[in-house]
Amino acid sequence: MAAKKKLMQGNEACAAGALYAGCKFYAGYPITPSTEVAEIMSVELPKIGGKFIQMEDEIASMAATIGGSLAGLKSLTATSGPGFSLKQEALGYACITEVPCVIINVMRGGPSTGYPTGPSQSDIMQAKWGTHGDHPVIALTPAYVQEILDETVRAFNLSEKYRTPVIVLFDEIVGHMREPITIPEPGDLEVVDREKPDCTPEEYKPYDDTKLIAPLAPFGDGYRFHVTGLNHSEDGFPTNNSEMIDKNNRRIMQKIDDNIDDICKNDESNLEDAEIGLFAVGSTSRSAKFSVNAAREKGIKAGLLRPLTIWPFPDKAVSELAEKCKVIIVPELNLGQMVNEVKRVAAGRCEVIGIHRVDGEPIKPAQITELIEKYS
Amino acid sequence: MIERYEIRFSGSGGQGMILAGIIMAEAASIYGTKNAAQSQSYGPESRGGASRAEVIIADAGIDIDYPKATSIDCMLALTQTACTSYYSDIKKDGILLIDEDEVTDIPEGDFKVVKYPILRAAREEIGKSIVGNIISLGMITELTGIVTREEIEQAVLSRVPKPFLELNKSALALGFEKAAELKKAL
Repeated sequence: MAAKKKLMQGNEACAAGALYAGCKFYAGYPITPSTEVAEIMSVELPKIGGKFIQMEDEIASMAATIGGSLAGLKSLTATSGPGFSLKQEALGYACITEVPCVIINVMRGGPSTGYPTGPSQSDIMQAKWGTHGDHPVIALTPAYVQEILDETVRAFNLSEKYRTPVIVLFDEIVGHMREPITIPEPGDLEVVDREKPDCTPEEYKPYDDTKLIAPLAPFGDGYRFHVTGLNHSEDGFPTNNSEMIDKNNRRIMQKIDDNIDDICKNDESNLEDAEIGLFAVGSTSRSAKFSVNAAREKGIKAGLLRPLTIWPFPDKAVSELAEKCKVIIVPELNLGQMVNEVKRVAAGRCEVIGIHRVDGEPIKPAQITELIEKYS
Repeated sequence: MIERYEIRFSGSGGQGMILAGIIMAEAASIYGTKNAAQSQSYGPESRGGASRAEVIIADAGIDIDYPKATSIDCMLALTQTACTSYYSDIKKDGILLIDEDEVTDIPEGDFKVVKYPILRAAREEIGKSIVGNIISLGMITELTGIVTREEIEQAVLSRVPKPFLELNKSALALGFEKAAELKKAL
């Protein structure tokens, strides 16, 4: 059967991916450059018995997204920088209450309302540390329109599997650009659904600490349990028991730490014999790939490590890169965020240089090529 | 083999530059057999302000990594501001298509300039100034040959509401016809 090819915008592909993954609830507050995600979900969800609600602001949107998921529906919200800031408190709530949900952040220039129609990658660190307290974070960074669809599906899968919020970070360029993509047929991509309890409602413990990830019962099915942002015991009620607090705080991090290989995903090009390494995500990684190809044509041994999961940070892949390269170049649309993580992992084994741009324009291949040639 | 063919549509917000870019990308990649990437740059205003869309076209199987223009094969300018701001990326022997009523200060360079009163023709010959972008698509198709007349026509018609099919067909046909005449002088 011929695959269905369609010219699609990144944000459209994101909505298509969410629907493919089985998303049935969207709560949001529209904001450029992510608005198309909300627009499409508002049209499509009612057709399949789902619900779309535009809330009064981003704080309420995040809270409603968590509520939708607790009621058993795969839930989504989409935003950009200013909205992402507002969602942070409730995002932390989803981490500690272990509620699966997906948050799309189509990054634009900041700080504050910044540059709505310009691309940026300045929320990389906010995705990791935006909400207070030690908390688990999974953040994905697709760079191509097809990848946005596929990675949105993966975001739902990881979220359902690990009972944790998953953030998808892309930027205005890939969110708004269009490319021909293949729409997957049902069954082409894996779709994961959360584990539900097989015990009686009386026996159910929403935070059963004999398990790394306890099954999650949907509200409305007779399983009544308490949900709180306070440190809680196995039954969900607040606790002052320090042993229990410690155990729970470590367990929610361990969910991620024990499954790094399942969560991390990288795309590598020309890395086998690379002497000059590039590390980039999103639209910037597309510039980097262009420059690597141009360098290879001149016989320069450059290669690209392009993480599709930025959090947890791809320590293993960066460490291997630091072993074989004399320099790692990190182009990013901010004033230095990922570059410091790369330096931490490289730990002096090679030089690490950033290329940073915050004027609302993309990092052009010429800028990267110039640095590659300097090191060749 | 086409590894990278770059087109830039520029004008002011509301002139349909982004739509023109989408239609060109669809003509190449959905109705044609090539690969395409379309991107845009616009300000916070919905009308006015500089607006531009870019389409990168390559043969099927060739990845388009950097989605923005680097060395332009063909550029359209419907306003003086857009022309002045964006012409410098046109490559040697590339084509600059301008609205000759709007762009009076014509930049000089190693590229070919094609002049036509696009917006006036839309108003006077077709009866709607809004089809300026469709006339332009017809002209670009004829001038560059990067997509066929059939491919661009299918792409235009699939994007247009039914009551406006004939209007857009005429606009496209006018673009083909005028560009065919002007091409002879290049």
